[in-house]
Amino acid sequence: MVQTGRTAATREALGPTLVRLAREGLDIVVVDADLGVSTTAAQFGREFPERFFTMGVAEQNAVGVAAGLAATGKVAFVSSFAVFIPGHCYDQVRMAVAQPNLNVKIAASHGGIVTGEDGASAQSLEDLALMLALPTFRVIVPADVVECAQAIEEAARRYGPFYIRMVRPKVPVIYDESYRFQLGKAHRLREGEDVTIMAIGVMVPAALEAAEILAREGIGCRVLNMASLRPLDEEAIVAAARETGGIVTAEDHSVHGGLGSLVTRVTARGCPVPVACVGMETFGTSGRWDELLQHFELTPQRLAAEARRLVERKRGEG
Amino acid sequence: MRRHIIRMTAAAGSGHPGGSLSCVEILVALYFHALRHDPANPYWPQRDRFVLSKGHATPAYYAVLAEAGYFPPEELLTFRRLGSRLQGHTVMGCPPGVEMSAGALGMGLSFAVGLALGARLDGADWRVYCLLSDGDCNEGQTWEAAMAAAHHRLDGLTAIVDYNRIQNDGFSDYAHYRGDDSRDRTGGWVGPDGYTVNIMSLEPFADKWRAFGWHVLECDGHDLRQVTAALDEAKGVRGRPTVVICHTVKGKGVSFMEHNPAFHGKAPTAEQAEQALRELEG
Repeated sequence: MVQTGRTAATREALGPTLVRLAREGLDIVVVDADLGVSTTAAQFGREFPERFFTMGVAEQNAVGVAAGLAATGKVAFVSSFAVFIPGHCYDQVRMAVAQPNLNVKIAASHGGIVTGEDGASAQSLEDLALMLALPTFRVIVPADVVECAQAIEEAARRYGPFYIRMVRPKVPVIYDESYRFQLGKAHRLREGEDVTIMAIGVMVPAALEAAEILAREGIGCRVLNMASLRPLDEEAIVAAARETGGIVTAEDHSVHGGLGSLVTRVTARGCPVPVACVGMETFGTSGRWDELLQHFELTPQRLAAEARRLVERKRGEG
Repeated sequence: MRRHIIRMTAAAGSGHPGGSLSCVEILVALYFHALRHDPANPYWPQRDRFVLSKGHATPAYYAVLAEAGYFPPEELLTFRRLGSRLQGHTVMGCPPGVEMSAGALGMGLSFAVGLALGARLDGADWRVYCLLSDGDCNEGQTWEAAMAAAHHRLDGLTAIVDYNRIQNDGFSDYAHYRGDDSRDRTGGWVGPDGYTVNIMSLEPFADKWRAFGWHVLECDGHDLRQVTAALDEAKGVRGRPTVVICHTVKGKGVSFMEHNPAFHGKAPTAEQAEQALRELEG
């Protein structure tokens, strides 16, 4: 574990993982909506042409077709960008997959402002809120390519609807192959008793960097990777609240309906402590992904500042 | 069947009698002729699949399932009640035999395409049927699915349209409208009787399906012999899917419901139900 120095896009895990699982005999099919090259799902199509179904740029139909295939016993992956699935076809996801609890896995790439230069229309900042509102969906936001491959395998091997959010750019790889993703478990990346940062996706490496900054100031910051948003590790959240007294949540997503909303709901009932929710509060814009993170203050410095404020507040009250 | 529909909607105080009465013969042709199925074994893997896309036609659908033996007809009167398996719009597996959840129009044909692709991948010979409404064919998703079905040459798939030309707000085109005649007007408008006229004409309907690559059959959707013959013919078509456009009458069989948009989504009162049942007995 931690900071391998390598970079990779989480979406790079999709094609190779599906190919490997199908070779192992899993009854996988892939429904594609003309973005399989971008999501890497097309690699599966080259290997298993009879199991790869092109639907054109028609996401509503693609989701319905995936549901139909799932109803015949297939493990049906449907893949696109998050602005299109669920963004373009939320009712189909709700009616054709979530309500009948069918074995459909949505692998959505291009989550968040890190989608970059394509601008606001392509940057999905609402997908987690939408997916978390559907009670039968498991929702996972892998932090890096290693975790993403394991999350895809987990989704393929378990029955039921899954949503896996991936990103476009090459981001830091923080895990090595010894890492084991556990559905419903937060992964504690760093110990600390003064404050906790809970992060998902590209904000996980930022949280680790923030903890380094805080350590230099003598503040012990716990860092949790909250990749499994549903099922949610409520125990880890309550423990962090009780043991560190303050939580910063960090996500490349709207502050409404994502990680911050989940965490505050749990702390409000389980152990009320101050929670600072860092995320997007406006639409994005065009720019390089790393510039955008700076522009919208989704940075280690911002996370450290929020954490510092929580620690100072706690000390002031104490 | 029609008496079930009247009793169910009247007892529930809500529901969709009009579009249920229009598809009675279609459902009877499917469940008592075309479909390979076993009501005692609703999850039989080799069964033909029937997908009701017009998920509001539950009164007719539940009635045919009950008459076919999927569940006791007495349960029909629990329709739309708390605790009943018979929700207002379909829920997959409730009761067993219901192949898919529906209620938001436009979704059934995509699901049917997925089923047909799955059957072909497995080398299975079961067929897929999907019943669509006018409203279903307003939805873009239906045409996405139509394009995909032809593209993938799904000859194991038969779509059936209950083409009654009346929808929630009124008349999809002029076919049954008896008010003012302003055929040169563009778009739709609200007529003096409060109904919307010319909501979204589907004509030339058969040509649209042909242009999408389908084999097209048309018939009188209330003539059981014609419907069964069309479904039989569809089984023999190779290399493309078939659509059977069934010309039907909304509210068929009850004088005051026929061609009447008022009974799209409204149940008959006790009095109206009594009159309807009298007509249907005769």
